[in-house]
Amino acid sequence: MPPAAPGPAMPATVPASMLASGQRGEARVLSLRGRLDVAAAGRLWTRALQAAAAQPGRKLVIDIAGLEGCDTAGAAMLLAMAEAQQGTVLEGARPQIAAVLARAREALVEPPRPAPEPAPPVPWRVVIGNGLAVAGDGFAWLGEALVAVLRLPARSRQFRIGDLLHTADQAGVRAVPLVLLLGVLIGLILAFQSLVPMRRFGADLYVANLVAISLLRELGPLLAAVVLAGRSGSAFAAEIGTMKVNQEVDALITMGIDPMTMLVLPRMAAALLVMPALTVLMEVAGLAGMSVVLVGAGIPLVAIGNQIIYWLRPHDFFGGLAKSVVFGAVVAAIGCRAGLSAGNGPRAVGQAATEAVVGGIVATILLDGVFAVLFFRLGL
Amino acid sequence: MNAPPLTVAALRGTGLAQRFGSRTLYHDVTFEVAHREVFVILGGSGCGKSTLLRQCIGLLPPTAGEVDLLGCDMYAAAPAAREAVQRRIGVMFQSGALFGSMTLLENIMLPLEVHTDLPLPGRRRVARLKLGLVGLADAASLLPAEISGGMAKRAAIARALALDPPLLLLDEPSAGLDPVTSAGIDQLILELRRDLGLTFVVVTHELASILAIADRCLMLDRDAEGVIAAGDPRTLRDTSEDPKVRGFFRREAA
Repeated sequence: MPPAAPGPAMPATVPASMLASGQRGEARVLSLRGRLDVAAAGRLWTRALQAAAAQPGRKLVIDIAGLEGCDTAGAAMLLAMAEAQQGTVLEGARPQIAAVLARAREALVEPPRPAPEPAPPVPWRVVIGNGLAVAGDGFAWLGEALVAVLRLPARSRQFRIGDLLHTADQAGVRAVPLVLLLGVLIGLILAFQSLVPMRRFGADLYVANLVAISLLRELGPLLAAVVLAGRSGSAFAAEIGTMKVNQEVDALITMGIDPMTMLVLPRMAAALLVMPALTVLMEVAGLAGMSVVLVGAGIPLVAIGNQIIYWLRPHDFFGGLAKSVVFGAVVAAIGCRAGLSAGNGPRAVGQAATEAVVGGIVATILLDGVFAVLFFRLGL
Repeated sequence: MNAPPLTVAALRGTGLAQRFGSRTLYHDVTFEVAHREVFVILGGSGCGKSTLLRQCIGLLPPTAGEVDLLGCDMYAAAPAAREAVQRRIGVMFQSGALFGSMTLLENIMLPLEVHTDLPLPGRRRVARLKLGLVGLADAASLLPAEISGGMAKRAAIARALALDPPLLLLDEPSAGLDPVTSAGIDQLILELRRDLGLTFVVVTHELASILAIADRCLMLDRDAEGVIAAGDPRTLRDTSEDPKVRGFFRREAA
C-alpha cells in the first residue's frame, strides 16, 4: 500500500496564497499564506521577487509557516526570492513543503558545464573555402547521380518504373491546369502591356513577334521551371526528407539498395520527361492569350499566324525546349538533394522544401543566363 | 499537516467497456486509484491497456461505464469542467510526443505560457526546475531529435509535470529502454511520489518495472475481455491460481 504519511502536497480546498510584509528586529519579514500552486506563483512572481530584492543589504526572512501547500512552481518562486539577497532565511516550512523545497533546490543546481571556448574570428579565406566546398559537394552529388545512371543497367530492378510514372503524373499531368492558366495570363498581360506603346509607332502587328519570341525563347521554359520547382521540387524534398528523418533512407542503404537509383533517378527522369511537354503547353497557352488581346484590338487571326510563322525560326523553339530539359533535371536534382541532406526533426523537412524551391529557382535563372551567352556565341 | 481528509479517489473507473463494432475489447472494468498511489495497468499486447488510459483522461468515450477523474465525471461533465480537470493531470504518451521543433526547455515552457501568468524568467526557472527534477538539467537547449530514448521519456515526464498536476498518467514509460535506463525511470517515479506526493497511473508490461513501482495493479486480458486479476503484484506473482496471471509473472509462454 502507499505510504501513509504525509498527505498530498496540494490539498484542494485551501485558498490561494497572499503576501504580507512586516518587521522583526533588524530583519524585514515577508510572509506567505495559503496554497502556493503554479497559478498562484504565476500571479505573485513579479511582485514577490521585487519585494524580496527591495532594500538590499538588510536581512530578509521569508516566513512560510502559513503556507498550507506548495508545488514545484511555488518552490521555484520561493527559491528565487531567497536568491535575490544573500543570507535570506526561509522559515517555518511544514515537513511536506520542506521536502518539495529540498527536491526543488536539488533540481535547480546547475550542472558543471565545460567553459565555452571562445570562437576565433573566421578569416575570409575560410568563408570562401566553405562556399567552394558547398559548391563542390553539389558537383560531387551530380557526379554521383551520373555514376548511378551509368550503373543503371546492373541495378535495373532498383529503378522502379511505377515510381517514374507516378512522379510524372504528379509533376506533369496534374500541373497542366496550372500551366495553362499561367500561360494564358502571361500571354494576355504581355500582349496588352506591349500593345499600348507599340500602337503609338503603328507597330501593333509586331506585338505578335515580341510575345512569341519572348515566350518561346525565355518565358516558356523559365515559367515551366518555376512551376516545377514550386510544385514538385518542394514535394521531392519533403518526401525524401521525411524518409531521411524516419531513417527509411538508412534502411534502404542497409538493404543494399542505392537511394540514388531508387529515389532520385525516377524523379529526375520524370522531370526530364514532363518539362518539354509543360513548356510547349505554356507556350501554346501564352500564344492563345496573346491572340485574344490582338484579335480584340482588331488584328485578324490570319495576320497574327502569318506573322508568327514568318518571323519565328525553328531554333527559337528548339532552343527553348533544350533549356527546359536542363531546367527540369536541375530542379529535380536540387529537390532530391535537399531531401537527402535533410537534418533531424520535422523542422528539417520544412527547411529542405524551402531549400528546394529557392535553390531550384536560383539555379534556373543562373543557367538561363549561361544559355543566353552560349546561344549568342553559337549564333543561335 | 491539517490537510482535509481525502475522501475522493484520484481516479475511479466504473463498469468501463470498449467495443469496436462487434468486437469487445473489454467490459466491466472497475477500479479505484487512491491518492499517492502508484497504480499499474498491465497485460499482454492488444488487451486494451492504452485504450483504457485514453478513456481515463477523457479522450475516448467508453461504450459503457463512467470515469471519475479528480472528482469530475469525465463524460457527463460540461466541456469546460472536463478541460479544467485535464489541465490538472499530466499525461506522458507512448512515443513521448515532444514537440520536435522546440527545445526541451521550450517544450515545458509552452503549457506554462498558456495556462499561467508567470513572467518569462519565472517560466524559464520553473521549466529548468522540472528538467532538474527528472535529471536533464544539462539538456535544456537540446531538440527532441538530439536526445536518446531514455532522455526523451524523462523529458516527456518533465513536460507532463509542467503545471504541477497531482496525478500523472504514463503510457509505457519504459518501453524500448534498456534495463538500466528503465530502472532509472522507475526510480524517478518513486522519488517524485515520495517528494512531491504525486499519484501515478502507469500502463506497462515490463515485469521488472511493475514489481519495482506498483502498489497495486490491474491486469487485463484479451481473451477474457476484461480484468483477470487485481491487487498487489507481488502477491499475485506468488499466490495467483490463474494460469494466465502465473504465466505473465513467471514469463512462461501460454
